[in-house]
Amino acid sequence: MQISQLIKTIMLRMIKFFSILIMVIVLSFTLVSFSPVDPIQSYLGAEMMVVSETQKEQIAEYYGLHEPKLKQFFKWFSTFVQGDFGVSLLYRQDVLTVIKERFSPSFWLMSFSWTLSGVVGYVLGAIAGMNEGKMVDRVIKTYSFILASTPAFWIGILFLIIFSVWLGLFPIGLGAPVGMLKADVTWFDRLKHIVLPALTLSVVGGANIILHTRQKMIETLNSEFIRFARAKGEYGFTLFWRHGFRNTLLPAVSVHFATFGELFGGAVLVEQVFSYPGLGQALVQAGLHNDVPLLLGIVVFSTAFVFIGNLMADILYTVIDRRIKPGETV
Amino acid sequence: MMKEKRIVEKVKQSKTQPKSNRSIVVLKLVGLLSVFLAIIISGFVIGTDHIEANMSAKNLSPSLMHPFGTDWLGRDMFMRTLKGLNVSFQVGLLAAAASAVIAFLLAVFASLNKWFDHLVTMMIDLFLSVPHLVTLMLISFVLGGGLKGVVIGIALTHWPTLTRVIRAEIMQLKTAEYVHISRKLGKKRSWIVKRHYLPHVLPQLFVGFILLFPHAILHESAITFLGFGLSPEQPAIGIILAESMKYLTAGKWWLAFFPGLSLIFLVALFDAVGNNLRKFFNPN
Amino acid sequence: MNILPDANFFQKTMPQTEKNEYLLEVEHLSMTIERYEKGLNPIRQAVIRDFHLTIRKGEIIAIVGASGSGKSLLADAILGIQPKNAVVEGVLKYNNEPLSDKKKKELRGKEIMLIPQLTNALDPLMKVEKQVKSFLKIKNKRKLEEIFFQVGLDKKAMKQLPANLSGGMVRRVFAAMALASDAKLIIADEPTNGLDEEAANDMLRLLKMLAEQEKGIIFITHDIEAALKIADKIAVFYAGETVEIVARKHFIRGGAHLRHPYTKALWYALPQNGFQPFYPFQPSTTENSRGCQFVEHCPKAKTVCKERHPDLKTIHGGDKVRCFYA
Repeated sequence: MQISQLIKTIMLRMIKFFSILIMVIVLSFTLVSFSPVDPIQSYLGAEMMVVSETQKEQIAEYYGLHEPKLKQFFKWFSTFVQGDFGVSLLYRQDVLTVIKERFSPSFWLMSFSWTLSGVVGYVLGAIAGMNEGKMVDRVIKTYSFILASTPAFWIGILFLIIFSVWLGLFPIGLGAPVGMLKADVTWFDRLKHIVLPALTLSVVGGANIILHTRQKMIETLNSEFIRFARAKGEYGFTLFWRHGFRNTLLPAVSVHFATFGELFGGAVLVEQVFSYPGLGQALVQAGLHNDVPLLLGIVVFSTAFVFIGNLMADILYTVIDRRIKPGETV
Repeated sequence: MMKEKRIVEKVKQSKTQPKSNRSIVVLKLVGLLSVFLAIIISGFVIGTDHIEANMSAKNLSPSLMHPFGTDWLGRDMFMRTLKGLNVSFQVGLLAAAASAVIAFLLAVFASLNKWFDHLVTMMIDLFLSVPHLVTLMLISFVLGGGLKGVVIGIALTHWPTLTRVIRAEIMQLKTAEYVHISRKLGKKRSWIVKRHYLPHVLPQLFVGFILLFPHAILHESAITFLGFGLSPEQPAIGIILAESMKYLTAGKWWLAFFPGLSLIFLVALFDAVGNNLRKFFNPN
Repeated sequence: MNILPDANFFQKTMPQTEKNEYLLEVEHLSMTIERYEKGLNPIRQAVIRDFHLTIRKGEIIAIVGASGSGKSLLADAILGIQPKNAVVEGVLKYNNEPLSDKKKKELRGKEIMLIPQLTNALDPLMKVEKQVKSFLKIKNKRKLEEIFFQVGLDKKAMKQLPANLSGGMVRRVFAAMALASDAKLIIADEPTNGLDEEAANDMLRLLKMLAEQEKGIIFITHDIEAALKIADKIAVFYAGETVEIVARKHFIRGGAHLRHPYTKALWYALPQNGFQPFYPFQPSTTENSRGCQFVEHCPKAKTVCKERHPDLKTIHGGDKVRCFYA
């Protein structure tokens, strides 16, 4: 019964997702087609000078650039939905291959920092909430407000200055030592290169979860069951562990899942600062070098990424709701 | 004995008694606004001659003469930062104002009928389903970067949350008694929008606009940092920070440290102003 | 519910020697809450002022007052779990020893127990059984099951999350907790609120049973009829203070046995006494207000009532009343 409800929720989300995805695709394509970028020039790049007009004409013919925009779109769209995202002009590779290759380091970076910021953020938020109005609370609150106004890349630069330049603890950037063959890179090398970017990203991602957990904790502590638990003689850590933790954890995780959009954006910036070879960097390169197929591919991919986060958040909310109000349907 | 005990407790308690809430809010607002004005006005006053290259004062670390140090061209970083903040402010002002206007128009549009409402809700969902920064990059890319690209990009990405708020507010107003009466009296829609909706949502629109500011400024610097925004000739914080990256290994920490810190300061200032304004308009 | 042991069983085991010792004494209890309205200056509101109460073992004292008169906060004040923005003053003694905040913390859930008002007093995410067991000393499974049986809870209900139980069931869980605890003093905060008549009577029987086990019961309620069914004494609560404390036998006789005009009004509002509706407005109790709290609704009010605050005075028969003209 409950499971079928959950499946229904997920199905509805999926339908909504695909309709939004189609809109994103249409809108992005429309936008890009109005851009002043000359597709032939971006395809040829530096070779523009050496290629003759007839050859250019042939390329335009091949890609159907002379056809009406609408026809171009449908042609592109039909291949797109079949899973053919086209060829990246920059990497001279299939767009999906580039995304797959580039997402792997980004995935580690994001999961590492997402988990870290979740755990630390929850703990800080819980401490602040339990000490509402006290010094600790004010310090944590100020910290997260300042954090919310801090650009991710500046923290990255700061960490670079402190940990890499001054203390020499970590490499300046990149995903692995320079000039090393891929096969020779050890996991320790990778770890050394991921620590600072991940730390940066987790610091930035902490503010939201801290403030939310704090709020939820204050709400929970003002609830009737906490009053009763206190009347029963519970206090301090027991009270938190038995009632506060249980009632604030799932909402916190749920909210944290809903921040995938910011996580992705943060990763783009952090990867740029640390020259970390992830998807974010590929996106920046695609944008700067007019690699339209890759750009569109990553836009769609990031939409799916955000969707997964929101879906997880929704599922968790449904689960929580069902436990508190079993009779009702969402 | 009883009396004594009570008196002792009363004294203890009066210590923690906070002062008048509202006057604190007003005081804070005045303080914040004056700091903010100082930053902005100084940005306008500083001429370009203050940030011209000066080869005799290259790469100086912070001193009394140059509180933020100088860069590899001998430009004073403090002046550049102030200029940069000024640019950030202008971009933020334009973009946040445009966002607020879009939010209001869409909210009014949504209030016209059910289908428009669905459309607006769908658009909100659409814009929230792609990471902000990615949308911003896409729009900047399409518009070919530069000031125009950044402002339009930020304006087009920051309206959804505010639209939600204003939409909900207008929904509520629609059912209000006096709006009903106006409608029955045969007033035109435009009249109702102008006389009923706008005055009512104006404070929220204003607070929303102020609170959009920090986001707009942060995104401007981010997109500029990535190379999609303002051009290198403009003294933007994002440009300053991107340039500083080349000199980090050489130990020129001040090139990045102070400009970034100032940006945080400006953003936090706006956040504080916005939150205090919200408290002012709506104490609960 | 017919499985409750009869009253005589407990009467026999009752130690008579301690009968005159008070279990709890409350004098001059007051609670002030500081709150903000419309972002202006903080408003200090006296929600409880000059509250008096004494209770013996095995005694049920009903505190009767309209909703919103601060009765629940009274429970909080005695338990020491008042909200952070509240200041509690006054002298409390438990078993003749001063009841400090520290002492309250020690005794909560052990010597003093609360039966809460709202069904959401159970943690929504924890199974009922676990919530009952978690704080009890009784690890004896059989004894626990006996208690559940006594209050009429089956095993199946215990395995549920609170949201799956009815309001009546949740009250039984509360009662089971009170039964299983070693508490000597039980504060029941509106335990019959929202229950149908049958369930409410069950609850009253449970309270009676607890009293027969030598526990002192403070029965907070807005329902005078319910109070009259089981209470030994009725303390009438109005605008944060006790205006009258009457023995039950005096109260039911009504008329001249009731001294305070508010109590009289309550009595006349009872169905068997004519059902005269009387809903006096609870005055907002900012701290500077002088005079009697009831002055605006009092038929007997004179100038002195506006200027001076009457003390609670003991009158003939051991009852107490807060009125110049009683």
